[in-house]
Amino acid sequence: MTRKNKNFGSQSIPLRPRDGICGLYASSSRLSYSLSVVVLAILLLGVSTGVFVGAGDTVAEASGSAADGLAAAVIAPPELTAADYPTIAGVNGRVTVWLVAQLHLWFAAFVLAVPIFVFIIEAIGMRTRDKRYDEMAYEFIKISITAYSLTAILGGLLLFSLIVFYPHLFQYLSGVFGESMFYYALLFFAESAALYLYYYGWQWLQGGFRKWVHLTLGLLLNAAGTTLMFLANGWVTFMMSPAGVDPAGVFAGDTWAAMHNYLWNPINLHRFIANIAYGGSIVGAYAAFRFLSATRPEERAHYDWMGYNANFIAILALLPLPFAGYYLAAEIYAYSQQMGITLMGGIFAWLFIIQAVLIGTLFLSANYYLWCGMGRSDGAQRYNKFIKYLAIVIIASFLVWFTPHTLVLTNEELKVLGGPYHKYLGPLGIMPAKNTAVNIMILFTALSFLFYRRSNRIATVAWVKAGNTAQLALYTAGIANLLFLGVYHGYFTNTVYKVAASIPQVMTTLIVIVVSLGLDSAMYRGAREVAPLNWGRVPNRAQYALFLLAVAFTWLMGLMGYIRSGIRQHWHVTDVFRDNSLDAYTPTLGYAANVVSAGTILFMAMVIFIFWLSQVSSRKTPTEGFGNQAEGR
Amino acid sequence: MSTAVQKPVIPRLLQAALVIAGIYAGFWLIFDLILAQPIPQSLMVMYMFFVVSGVFMVFTFTEESARQLIAPIRALVEDQTKKTLRNVVFIVVPALAAVAVFFQLQPSDEAPLELRSIHPAPPSSVKIFGKRYDLMSLENPYRHLEKDDPEQFQELVAVGGEVYIRNCQYCHGDKLDGKGPYAQGLNPVPLNFQDIGTIAQLQESFLFWRIATGGPGLPKEATPWISSMPIWQEFLSEEEIWQVILYLYDYTGHRPRSWEHE
Repeated sequence: MTRKNKNFGSQSIPLRPRDGICGLYASSSRLSYSLSVVVLAILLLGVSTGVFVGAGDTVAEASGSAADGLAAAVIAPPELTAADYPTIAGVNGRVTVWLVAQLHLWFAAFVLAVPIFVFIIEAIGMRTRDKRYDEMAYEFIKISITAYSLTAILGGLLLFSLIVFYPHLFQYLSGVFGESMFYYALLFFAESAALYLYYYGWQWLQGGFRKWVHLTLGLLLNAAGTTLMFLANGWVTFMMSPAGVDPAGVFAGDTWAAMHNYLWNPINLHRFIANIAYGGSIVGAYAAFRFLSATRPEERAHYDWMGYNANFIAILALLPLPFAGYYLAAEIYAYSQQMGITLMGGIFAWLFIIQAVLIGTLFLSANYYLWCGMGRSDGAQRYNKFIKYLAIVIIASFLVWFTPHTLVLTNEELKVLGGPYHKYLGPLGIMPAKNTAVNIMILFTALSFLFYRRSNRIATVAWVKAGNTAQLALYTAGIANLLFLGVYHGYFTNTVYKVAASIPQVMTTLIVIVVSLGLDSAMYRGAREVAPLNWGRVPNRAQYALFLLAVAFTWLMGLMGYIRSGIRQHWHVTDVFRDNSLDAYTPTLGYAANVVSAGTILFMAMVIFIFWLSQVSSRKTPTEGFGNQAEGR
Repeated sequence: MSTAVQKPVIPRLLQAALVIAGIYAGFWLIFDLILAQPIPQSLMVMYMFFVVSGVFMVFTFTEESARQLIAPIRALVEDQTKKTLRNVVFIVVPALAAVAVFFQLQPSDEAPLELRSIHPAPPSSVKIFGKRYDLMSLENPYRHLEKDDPEQFQELVAVGGEVYIRNCQYCHGDKLDGKGPYAQGLNPVPLNFQDIGTIAQLQESFLFWRIATGGPGLPKEATPWISSMPIWQEFLSEEEIWQVILYLYDYTGHRPRSWEHE
């Protein structure tokens, strides 16, 4: 195996001190518009004039100990000592940057995702002329507005934290990515402009051509947001799999080569899909919050419908996510054996077990919500008897999904088992078993959805029996193929075929889902309603399942974010820029889990605050007897 | 919901308890009794947690079923006629919890559990035989002979086999299953190369590093350094190490991890 970053070169170019313009977020909302703009202006001005990164310095000159052996005016990573990392009494720099970056990322994922599905829902509303879709899309984007300004504020805080605690790293990165950071800042303005026009112009740009203009604004908003994410992903993945630099880290001058590094596209794909699933889950939590605090039946019905749609979006994006994650992990392994083993066989292997548990929790929550939702219609009772079989398969797949390869054993257990691996459960600990299990979990989640959508209707087409038989045959063949691919290619061929088998596995799953849903749609066209679907008639337990979905997603992202960053170990930029701070060690699993959990609690508290704000904004207190006008009348 | 639901013959709560107990007993029967490979406690706790969650999901997804499930608990707390039973339960349950805690906290001679990394991540490069090897790009110099000169390849495998029998089988076993004559005296026990989760998951450069530097060459993350694997670069030549690696894969039928299609 060889590394794929072949853009090494020895060319050195002068560092332009004023290239250190950093990317940053700033935005505004009704609440914090002014604050965000001020943050944006100060940061842009400060960084572009070199105030924060030491105008006039070169990277190599930035540290006394770093200048040795490096020519001035070369963008090269300095050799730092612990003294080169500024400290603030009572503040842990690493934990600060860690938490702020994670909070920023959570909010950014949310505000990037919401416009994607808002755009789709608006388009559906335009096509179906169903006003409810348009109203729901508007309510979704309304929630994201406050989160948007928080994203900007946290982005500014992250920037300041990096400059304060890791100035040399930031200077090196801004030397390599200065241009893209500058365009990032400009693009951020474009995104903000598109967002405000899109949001504030919603009621104005209604009907006919105006609606098309509005939809186009939504498209522009998404294009800008997604491009922003891709740019930032380039910087992050450069730190993992540097390209466009020589083995000593000297930048060759080609920013595109640095941006288009080995792990850029795998991260782009994974984050794009994950953000949609995450956005859906947060909006689902919002709907659950409003449902639980609703006092009127029509309010409960509205937020029940909203929660259902949010959950649908989350599940839809969740289905391809394990494959995108596997693709990313496989690429990390292909880039570096060391990173790959650290990730899943070494120090982080146990965090991956927690990850597996959380992913399973997502599937359980989503399924439980669907099963509870079947109670909206009395017609669903026909299908209740099947739920236990779905549960058996999903739970069994889940147990396989999180079974570890290396077990935690007492000495007595070690003696009984005769080694650290379990003879029969050990083979479930490696990826072929897990890929098979997660694909079956996905298939049965889709089956839960099929039952749900049939709950209040009876198909009237003549070929119902043939259609059902075809669906059964499709599922049977699909599962047989998944098992064959998983068992044969996973255990009886070499790793090339084992990894490659994951592609036909996921294709099998997607084909089964798409074809069976297509068949179902055709069968139930013009179907007879057996019992009405009563929105709002759903137990509160289902709403807590939506909350669990959002919390599990948040926790999962925090955990995986730490792992992605942590596999660089003692490197700021893998193999080229060493971290020599006092914190350049991998924390214990317990410590890392505590930091991630603290971040999750903090984020959820902020999200609940945003939900509460959305309620406060619609409340009005009568002012009779307080204002002068009242007295004058 | 609107249709009448029959009262179950066996109360729902009892049904749920029986299902959970049945699954636990099933695990015990299959893994402890039939297969003689018990599920470790750490894993069993995780399994049962999600089994219990799944059972309660199935028993509560309809309103009626959820009501029936909690009815006995609600009656126990609210029904005045069950006062005696309530008092008994409220004494017995905390008492059982106290007994469980007592036994859990009792000091034992058992060594604490360890999350030891059996496959620690290799360094980027390593110094072996006085030379620095880049483990990211290092390949078995004899591997190409498998296609180019199968006869010579088999000769090298045979040489590797001799090296193995002379040096490795005492711990790793003559069947490469980790059950050599000395294996019982070692902790951690020698690896079973037949297991799909060991050498089949690794590149040959990883094996070269582990064999050459042995237990003392383990990185920090693989603490505690209690592996008894010798530093084989002090006893074997570089060629012999590569040859024994050929033998390990040949005998077990596994293929080394690679990124090239055959």
